[in-house]
Amino acid sequence: MSDNPTFEPKILGFCCNWCSYRAADLAGTARIKYPTNVRIIRVMCSGRIDPTFVLNAFALGADAVMIAGCHPGECHYVDQNYKAMRRYGMLKHTLRQMGIEEGRFRLVWASAAEGQQLAEAITQMVDEVRKLGPLAWAANWQENGQRLEALEAIVHEHAEAMEVLA
Amino acid sequence: MSQAAKPKLALYWAASCGGCEIAVLAVNEKILDVAAAFDVVLWPVAVDAKVRDVEKMPDGSIDVCLFNGGIRTSENEYMAQLLRRKSKVLVAFGSCAQEGCIPGLANLSQREEIFRTVYDEGPSLDNPAGTRPQPQSEVPEGTLHLPIFYETLRTLGQTVRVDYYLPGCPPEAENIWTAVTAILSGNLPAPGSVIGSDTTVCQECPRTREEKKIKKFYRTWEKIPDETTCLLEQGILCCGIATRAGCGALCPQVNSPCIGCHGPTEGVHDYGARLMSALASVIDSNEPEEIDRIIREGIPDPVGSFYRFSLAASQLRRKRRAVPA
Repeated sequence: MSDNPTFEPKILGFCCNWCSYRAADLAGTARIKYPTNVRIIRVMCSGRIDPTFVLNAFALGADAVMIAGCHPGECHYVDQNYKAMRRYGMLKHTLRQMGIEEGRFRLVWASAAEGQQLAEAITQMVDEVRKLGPLAWAANWQENGQRLEALEAIVHEHAEAMEVLA
Repeated sequence: MSQAAKPKLALYWAASCGGCEIAVLAVNEKILDVAAAFDVVLWPVAVDAKVRDVEKMPDGSIDVCLFNGGIRTSENEYMAQLLRRKSKVLVAFGSCAQEGCIPGLANLSQREEIFRTVYDEGPSLDNPAGTRPQPQSEVPEGTLHLPIFYETLRTLGQTVRVDYYLPGCPPEAENIWTAVTAILSGNLPAPGSVIGSDTTVCQECPRTREEKKIKKFYRTWEKIPDETTCLLEQGILCCGIATRAGCGALCPQVNSPCIGCHGPTEGVHDYGARLMSALASVIDSNEPEEIDRIIREGIPDPVGSFYRFSLAASQLRRKRRAVPA
């Protein structure tokens, strides 16, 4: 839980060209307000989203990732959003084991007419992630200050051992 | 060839099981050719040469270093840096050095959890005083240091610049020989490349493949698979679809699924992501609840299944850690 009231989550949103990106566009032209925390990347289809993209977003500092596609049965590419649905299931299952909360990774459907629904989904996600707090993934693999000290100790000891022999 | 003219070879092991050392010997009688062609300056498992001797050598004076094992301790990192400095060509030898391998699965645990298991709770343990290794201890003769155990296991490539990668757990003898001869002849691929095949294990697998549509993943103990049909089509989680060829599909040929020890194919940044993507396409369902159930019931350990050999090299590298503020 975040105790930092000024924390603004960075959320990466993948929107498909045919439905959800148009929904976001509609939200704009209809002047529907939603938080600016989501950075949207337009892709041709939600089926284009390789799990690598999502993992990369988390590794590079995203606090959450949203994938938005056409409703099931309405995909411009017939059934590729079903593929997105199954990949989402796989990735969600894996992220849970890696310690990433479910609220940080969402799959939503929005037709081109659903600007309001998309704006609501984004607002809800931003609120939830704000409560979860920053993810700051890269900090996970940083060693503490002991590392350099320990390396120096080895260099120093080896140098000393050399002197004794010489 | 005179002794002085021989190129210098070093072999080193960091966090690994020792299997890579055996793999080097599996080139059989050709090991004599290796010994004839190279002057082995460091090989802790087989040759009595000291780290001190390597430290005294001028930088860049080792022609080839085959480095196996991941970077788990400060000593591993020190040796990686030392051998990088002393070697013209540094090869990440085997899965541990390339992508963390099984030792990298420790990245699913916190360091404290690992220590508790090893020093407090091990079933064969007798440690009533709860003694744990200390990085520094005072004795009458002075201060003694032990290497520190890192929070996260890293790959060799995450630690120092690596010239070539030799995949496999362990690398196949044939592939080792190909690499050694390529180095000897100077006929080397571009720096940074993986020396190995470009296709997947499926290309080498003799099983018949038709359409992959599955309703359930079986764990290996739940089913004796038919010996001629693709294992994945039978619902067995076989990693061949995402794994680099080079082994001759050894495991599928003995009715056991590929577990992915040769790592990803060219251009793949995250092995597990590739595998997840491929597996998601074979699930025969369009219902979110059913999809979740198929995945949850059939793959109880997703990270261990998708990243068995590559967690440390994956984009997330480890399980989330409680970071001190």
